[in-house]
Amino acid sequence: MTNTPANRNSQTPVFRAKGVTKTYTMGDVKIHALRGIDLELFAGEFVVLLGASGSGKSTLLNILGGLDTASTGEVQYQNHALVGIPDRELTQFRREHVGFVFQFYNLIPSLTARENVAIVTEIARDPMTPEAALALVGLSERMDHFPAQLSGGEQQRVAIARAIAKRPAVLLCDEPTGALDSKTGIRVLEVLAHINQSLGTTTAVITHNAVIGDMADRVIRLSDGMIADIQHRHEKRKPAELSW
Amino acid sequence: MVKALPNGSLKRKMLRELSGMMGQLVAIASVVAIGTMVLIISLSTRLSIAQSQQYFYDQYQFADVFMHVTRAPNDMAMRLQELPGVNQVETRIIASARIQIDDFPEPIQGQFQSVPDFSEPMLNRLYYRYGGPPQAGQIPQVVVTEPFAEAHHLQVGDSIQAILNGRLQRLEISGIALSPEHIYQLEPNSILPDYQRFGVFFMQRSALATVFDLEGAFNQVSVSIQYGADPHDVVSQMNALLERFGSHGAYLREEQASHRFLSEELEQLRILSWVLPTIFLSVAAFLLHVLMGRMMLMQRQTIALLKAFGYSNRQILTHYLSFSLCIVGLGLIVGTLLGYWVAEPLARLYAMYFKFPEFMFGIQIQALGVAMAITALAALAGTFSSVRKALIMSPAEAMRPPAPPSFHHHQSILGPMYQKLTPGTRMIVRTLSRHWFRSVIAIFGIGMSGALLILGGHQFNAVDHMLDHQYRGVFRMDLDVQFTEARPHRVIHELTSIPGVFFAEGYRQVPVRLHNRHRYERVSLSGLPEQPHLRHVLNQQMKSETLPGDGILLTRYLAESLQLNAGDSVYVETLVGHQRRLELRVAALVDEPIGIGAYMERVALNRTLFEDDVVDGAWLLIDATDPTVYQTLQRLPYIASIGSLLDAESDIRDYIQDTVLSVMMIMFFLAGTMTFAVVYNNARIMFSERERELASMRVLGFTRWEVLWVLVGELAVLIVIAIPLGWIFGAGFSYAMVSALSMDMFRIPWVLDMRLFAMATFGVLFAALLSIALISRRVLNLDMIQALKTE
Ligand SMILES: Nc1ncnc2c1ncn2[C@@H]1O[C@H](COP(=O)(O)OP(=O)(O)OP(=O)(O)O)[C@@H](O)[C@H]1O
Ligand SMILES: [Mg+2]
Repeated sequence: MTNTPANRNSQTPVFRAKGVTKTYTMGDVKIHALRGIDLELFAGEFVVLLGASGSGKSTLLNILGGLDTASTGEVQYQNHALVGIPDRELTQFRREHVGFVFQFYNLIPSLTARENVAIVTEIARDPMTPEAALALVGLSERMDHFPAQLSGGEQQRVAIARAIAKRPAVLLCDEPTGALDSKTGIRVLEVLAHINQSLGTTTAVITHNAVIGDMADRVIRLSDGMIADIQHRHEKRKPAELSW
Repeated sequence: MVKALPNGSLKRKMLRELSGMMGQLVAIASVVAIGTMVLIISLSTRLSIAQSQQYFYDQYQFADVFMHVTRAPNDMAMRLQELPGVNQVETRIIASARIQIDDFPEPIQGQFQSVPDFSEPMLNRLYYRYGGPPQAGQIPQVVVTEPFAEAHHLQVGDSIQAILNGRLQRLEISGIALSPEHIYQLEPNSILPDYQRFGVFFMQRSALATVFDLEGAFNQVSVSIQYGADPHDVVSQMNALLERFGSHGAYLREEQASHRFLSEELEQLRILSWVLPTIFLSVAAFLLHVLMGRMMLMQRQTIALLKAFGYSNRQILTHYLSFSLCIVGLGLIVGTLLGYWVAEPLARLYAMYFKFPEFMFGIQIQALGVAMAITALAALAGTFSSVRKALIMSPAEAMRPPAPPSFHHHQSILGPMYQKLTPGTRMIVRTLSRHWFRSVIAIFGIGMSGALLILGGHQFNAVDHMLDHQYRGVFRMDLDVQFTEARPHRVIHELTSIPGVFFAEGYRQVPVRLHNRHRYERVSLSGLPEQPHLRHVLNQQMKSETLPGDGILLTRYLAESLQLNAGDSVYVETLVGHQRRLELRVAALVDEPIGIGAYMERVALNRTLFEDDVVDGAWLLIDATDPTVYQTLQRLPYIASIGSLLDAESDIRDYIQDTVLSVMMIMFFLAGTMTFAVVYNNARIMFSERERELASMRVLGFTRWEVLWVLVGELAVLIVIAIPLGWIFGAGFSYAMVSALSMDMFRIPWVLDMRLFAMATFGVLFAALLSIALISRRVLNLDMIQALKTE
């Protein structure tokens, strides 16, 4: 992976999606979640995805991360196709390159916070310790608690620690701050920005909070399964300067 | 710290989840354990008896060929020895005599066998429990067999009296022994041992020779065969050599009474040892497959998550397969230990009926290995198929709770009624119809376990039925008296005139061998009155048959094993007196559950044998309150033995009780445990699958009881359908076992009693109630917050 710091002028696309559609068939009804997305994400870039509920944000992120497959279209990661490759290679891709934060946290209830992070670091190549990752999201005190003993926001932070702990090349976050107050939310965004800056991690963040767009290199708006508009931000703000 | 072991967290997750579902785990493990136990019990009982028998035969030189003659000179032994294929030869004198023992008023039949004066016999050696070989002396000594000694509390040094060739003789007991010839000590012509009224006695050859006028001669010879020689060759050579000495034909072990019954018993156990475990293990395998599969289905989201993190399919599969191996392994270990613990005493109990010097407990390790492999594979396959389902989905799809299949049809089926149901009941209808396949499988599983209850319970009823049939339907007499030799039919009038005897019916009894092509069978051919009153011959409709003026009737089982039908011809070879070979027509088949036999009208039989109208014994109806009847009968010199049918019935009940039923008792208990395990597991899984849903209902304002109803109602529907299904399976299982268990000795009928179904129903209902009681604690104390918070 590239170790150069974020540079929006760098024209190396990490992800390249062309004509991606996703259709769900439910009986006679067809739901077009994505209707033809052309998109490139560049190395080290910090992208924010905005859009109304049901506009297809999660679907897009899942396809980029190899969690779901596109109905039609092409997806490439560093010039390697992600569509139509064997499951084994897709697994390899996720294991080595991608960190996820899921919209619904998805922690394993029978494992403590520390163990929920460890389950990822154990199979990673050059991870942080689970303790370090949890410290970054401010949960050092709660490491040995089970998900059921944590608040929603705390669970969300565990999910973020889990995603960054492996120092991934790509970080895909589905509403990472949805359950957080603005102070804690900013703290989490700082962690994401820090990872992005120091490791050159390509980061995509879904949010309903347009303010967060101010810290991004680009803001992509989805509407009804299509890209409505892409803004380049030349003046990136620091997370600490945001408020909502 | 977590880095120490790869997949350390996965292991921890597994252990924690295992300990979180202890009840379910125990239930699944007990299904496995029970299958294993049934296998161990069945296998070890058979193997232990077979091994003990083999050891006894080998160590005490049980002969291969036996032959009775009237009288043959001793030097024929040398000629026998020279026959090709013959290894050892042992000639003997065997005679029967009546025995008298103080405090025992009834007559006792004794079989006297000679042992060499100063050496050990070469064949059929004795194992001395107490004392030693008989010596000559003022009072001649005898060795008695252990079961007889035990029945009469006899000890070395005690004395008994015998009427040897008409002379009353006092005999001193020098030893108490076991003989490989009498592992199953049986009076000729009876099917169950009566240790009180029949004993085998061993005396010095010279003493017996003097008493029975057989000096320089023998009347029985046993032979062992060289390795590799053809036994049938030896038999025909012996027949040729000894024919002129009044031979009754040489016969092999297969026709030797004790060996034959032991073989039957072993055959029965052999069949049980695969029928029962096969049924139990296949049910266990099925249940395991289903239970593990459903448990794994609940791991779907976790599997998707692990996949999303980049765990490979192999890692995830390995994780879950070892998870289920842990559970199965626990069951296998517990089942093996418990199995061994129960099997040995049970095999011993069984073996007690046979007299072995040494009990050799054994178990076929390979068979156990195979069963373990089957069980483990069933669990792994269940796990595999469910985990695979989650693995082939894209993680994004699998991570969402599964979308329930569409649910429209129940509305149309129930029509407007659906709208009238309470919301809880509507939910039940919805889940059942949406997950109909899963429900069908669950019904199947519960039904199967209920069927095992019927299988286990069937024998009890059927045995009762069989004994009732034989002792109420076939045998109507109180006493069976056998004469020392055939007597003119007039003797019946004499018996009838004894005070206390209401009625007497004479019968003939001729040992014969029936042949049909290469098949043959040794049985006793009974001559009965045309219309017997005390010993009925029943047809399939349980109606008493009249005996035709010609032709022979055969027990159906016997006819089947000889491949004969009514109307066919059968060759009959008589084995006593003038040996004749007759060809007779099979007139009809007789349905009786115990023993095998051939029947003819008495007068016709005597005519066929060119004999006068004679009888070998008589059946009596007596006044049971009159004690003089026995005494009078005792004094009659021509009566060899008096058998009481009441005793016979209780003997056979005890025997079956101790052997077949004690095994079935344990099977029944295990079936009950299995039923509970299965029902509980179903309920428990239903609860886990629905925990969040139920918690949400509570949150939305449903009462605890309404929520409990959602679970109980669903289980109730499953149970109500499963019970009749279990009846059907159970009837099938018991039919399979009953047909596999048909033997010469007895054939347990396939009777389906209402009580049986009631019992199975009760068993399943009880299991359901107990399960609900255990689960309801969880439902009533459902933690709304906790349940909704995670995942
Ligand atoms: N498994 C599915 N089956 C059918 N339709 C689906 C499925 N998953 C998503 N959809 C539909 O696809 C569309 C896009 O869904 P997606 O989850 O990507 O939305 P989103 O932009 O993430 O919305 P939100 O902000 O509410 O999370 C929606 O209309 C949704 O209903
Ligand atoms: Mg979404």
